[in-house]
Amino acid sequence: MLLLSAFLFILILFLITFFYLKGGDFKEMFKENPDDLKFDEQENRTQGWLFIAFGIGFLLFILFLIFKWGGSILPESGSVHGADVDSLMLITGVIISIVFVITHVLLFFFVFKYAFNKNRKPAFFTHNLKLELLWTALPAMVLVLLISIGLYNWNSIMKPLDDKDDKVLIEIYAKQFDWTARYAGNDGKLGRANIVLINNANFLGIDTTDVVSFDDKIVKNEFHIPVNKPVQFVFRAQDVMHSAYMPHFRAQMNCVPGLKTQFNFTPKYTTQEMRRITKNPDFDYMLLCNKICGMAHFAMKMKIVVESEEDYNKWLAINPTFR
Amino acid sequence: MDIIHSEHTHQESFISKYIFSRDHKMIAKQFMITGFTMGFIGIIMSVLFRLQLGWPGERFWINDLLLGSWANGGVIAPDKYLALVTMHGTIMVFFMLTAGLSGTFSNLLIPLQIGARDMASGFINMLSYWIFFISCIVMLVSLGVEGGAASAGWTIYPPLSALPEAIPGSGLGMTLWLVAMALFITSSLIGSLNYIVTIINLRTKGMTFTRLPLTIWSFLVTAILGVLSFPVLLSAVLLLVFDRSFGTSFYLSDIYIGGQALERFGGSPILFEHLFWFLGHPEVYIVLLPSLGITSEIVSTMSRKPIFGYKFMIGSILAIGGLSFIVWGHHMFVTGMNPFLGAVFTITTLLIAIPSAIKVFNYLTTLWRGNIIFSPAMLFSIGLISTFITGGLTGLILGDATLDINVHDTYFVVGHFHIVMGLSAVFGTFAGVYHWFPKMFGKMMNNTWGQIHFWITIVTAYGVFFPMHFLGLAGVPRRYYTNSTFPMFDDFVNLNEIISIFAIIAFLGQLIFLFNFLYSIFKGKKATQNPWNSNTLEWTTPVKHIHGNWPGEIPEVHRWPYDYNKPGYEEFIPQNIPLKEGEIESSH
Repeated sequence: MLLLSAFLFILILFLITFFYLKGGDFKEMFKENPDDLKFDEQENRTQGWLFIAFGIGFLLFILFLIFKWGGSILPESGSVHGADVDSLMLITGVIISIVFVITHVLLFFFVFKYAFNKNRKPAFFTHNLKLELLWTALPAMVLVLLISIGLYNWNSIMKPLDDKDDKVLIEIYAKQFDWTARYAGNDGKLGRANIVLINNANFLGIDTTDVVSFDDKIVKNEFHIPVNKPVQFVFRAQDVMHSAYMPHFRAQMNCVPGLKTQFNFTPKYTTQEMRRITKNPDFDYMLLCNKICGMAHFAMKMKIVVESEEDYNKWLAINPTFR
Repeated sequence: MDIIHSEHTHQESFISKYIFSRDHKMIAKQFMITGFTMGFIGIIMSVLFRLQLGWPGERFWINDLLLGSWANGGVIAPDKYLALVTMHGTIMVFFMLTAGLSGTFSNLLIPLQIGARDMASGFINMLSYWIFFISCIVMLVSLGVEGGAASAGWTIYPPLSALPEAIPGSGLGMTLWLVAMALFITSSLIGSLNYIVTIINLRTKGMTFTRLPLTIWSFLVTAILGVLSFPVLLSAVLLLVFDRSFGTSFYLSDIYIGGQALERFGGSPILFEHLFWFLGHPEVYIVLLPSLGITSEIVSTMSRKPIFGYKFMIGSILAIGGLSFIVWGHHMFVTGMNPFLGAVFTITTLLIAIPSAIKVFNYLTTLWRGNIIFSPAMLFSIGLISTFITGGLTGLILGDATLDINVHDTYFVVGHFHIVMGLSAVFGTFAGVYHWFPKMFGKMMNNTWGQIHFWITIVTAYGVFFPMHFLGLAGVPRRYYTNSTFPMFDDFVNLNEIISIFAIIAFLGQLIFLFNFLYSIFKGKKATQNPWNSNTLEWTTPVKHIHGNWPGEIPEVHRWPYDYNKPGYEEFIPQNIPLKEGEIESSH
């Protein structure tokens, strides 16, 4: 609140100063001849300078943001495919930064340089086919590059795992307002489920007569996955739409009632390794809800632990099977 | 078509002149006042939830005062926070930036700039406004009903919006939201039809399509987009009404809620998303194109230079309009939609960058070697070029399916669309108001206050929305009541405070505009007929409004609207001035 008061104070100070500079007469501020506008070079020059000042201020503000919070954005990706996402992000980021700077420099420079001057005769420049084709073709070429890399990555990320691949199969189940994970167990298959079977003891609605479900394992609060092994996620939702968002793995998929969705990735770093990389001893991978789902949407979370396959197997063994 | 309104001798009563008016100029004012009032309410909502985001859990007396039972003890309740976010989005996108912007300037400028006595149908025009007005009332009433207003986000995805068990706002509040939107769509549809018919049929002699001001081109494409896409939203809304009230299952399947399994099978929420975004994406351009048109006009006039690449500008408006219909899927990359579709929508989406780039470079070339007069309208137009670039560029990230996976539904999206669509459209609106205020009210707005308003607005607007990209890159999801449940977001506590402070100052800055606006209506300097030395036809009408716009004959058009500083001729040549002997029409 202190910060807020300080800002408001500065704003009021600014307005009073301005008011004073303008002669301090309130009525005076409204006594201007609209026709003067066009011929007051001084006023237009001032606005031109203000744009230059704004351009510099904008740049400084961005640098300040990068300096202060640039380090707080997501760390290096914890999954294998995430590296591709990040490198494409970098390429796109560099391209848009360059375009952003060039166009803004041109914009602010032009409005500064060509601020009203009664001796200048503006150019009568209506069109130029070559120029216009140039800035049609140039973006098109850059886009071909971005689209190609993007599609290549997209197709490889979204490709489902083969049945015969060695993988971990986990169902992520979303309901208002918590997450549940179900492991497929030794048979590598998830038992059937149906909403009519849901009750307090069986809140996933698992079919207890389905043999495949017997060795399924249900965990809450946190779930573990082994490092360097593909994990196949299947998502279900009980009541409304949710979205399973695992930002550190560059992974996200909506959980839709009545529709099974899926996503897979291979974890690259264990939680311990990631703590070293981020230099944050409290670092944890997190599963967040990222689709508005009701009152406590903001509190719907589950911890993810990535560990060696050995530790993972030990942890999994402790958890009881469904039946 | 001269006959419709040419007889303006009869005395009009107060009601037929100010309330049930069929004069497009009055209807434009009605749309503006109503739209801006809604916009003002929408902005206040954003300030209130920014207080919660900046200082979570802190008590604010203003919450007690304005929100009452929504904020017991001065702290907004979590579900009411969502109601505020939802209503802010709905009001700003539809009521302020669709009706408030298109309704105002299409109505005001179409007949004046094409040289028509009025809209094709004055009655339908009046109807369009009054249905919109009722829609506003219903939407505002929904704020006060039991359970609160709709709270499922402005996109109202079912099942959250379909089931009152899921969130209190999905009770009567949601029903009223749907009713209000159905009315709104009706109003928008008949309005748009009227605009299209008017532009095609009522152009004055000589006003060919290649002599139309770019404002009219953008209004035309906007209206076509509206006519083609709003009916799809209407159908989505109606099916949702069926699901909510008549037990159908268009969007519902396999749901267990409130302790029981619902007897609803076979529907899919994804269907709703497709229907919603089939409108939702063109809607972005329904909001944006009029602003781009207004800016094109102002940038040319105030640079005292013809717009550069007139035909490419038209082409890019048409390209943007056309492409906007085949990109809706980029809102759904992570819904479980077939990845192949994701690939297709990536391609179509990124293509929009091409016409957008053309527009930006053409604006820059128009400014180059101009003689720029910084009226407040021009300042806001330059601001729009800046926000259009800034926000448009981050679209390259969100439109790419691969990159969208990780920034989807985060604050990156909030920053992106507020800058590219919100700010650009708002800047275009302000530019339009400052520029055509003399035409609307016969008075001038104050310049100095206009300049102060601009500088406060652009600084604070970037201050609010630019930092949000950093939040998004850190994975902060949107629509979170507070970020304090996740320690990974603790670094951003101060940044959220800063954003909120900027938001408060931005709001205070708008009070300057409001004051200037109201003061100028009553006490402003009298306007001259053509205060900006502009070429378009609206400035050939008398300052005092008359029915039928021109006292005598409708002017005939002899040239394009951008003959500024044509070598060897006057500084500016209005469209109704015939070519001089030996003068060749400017090629464009």
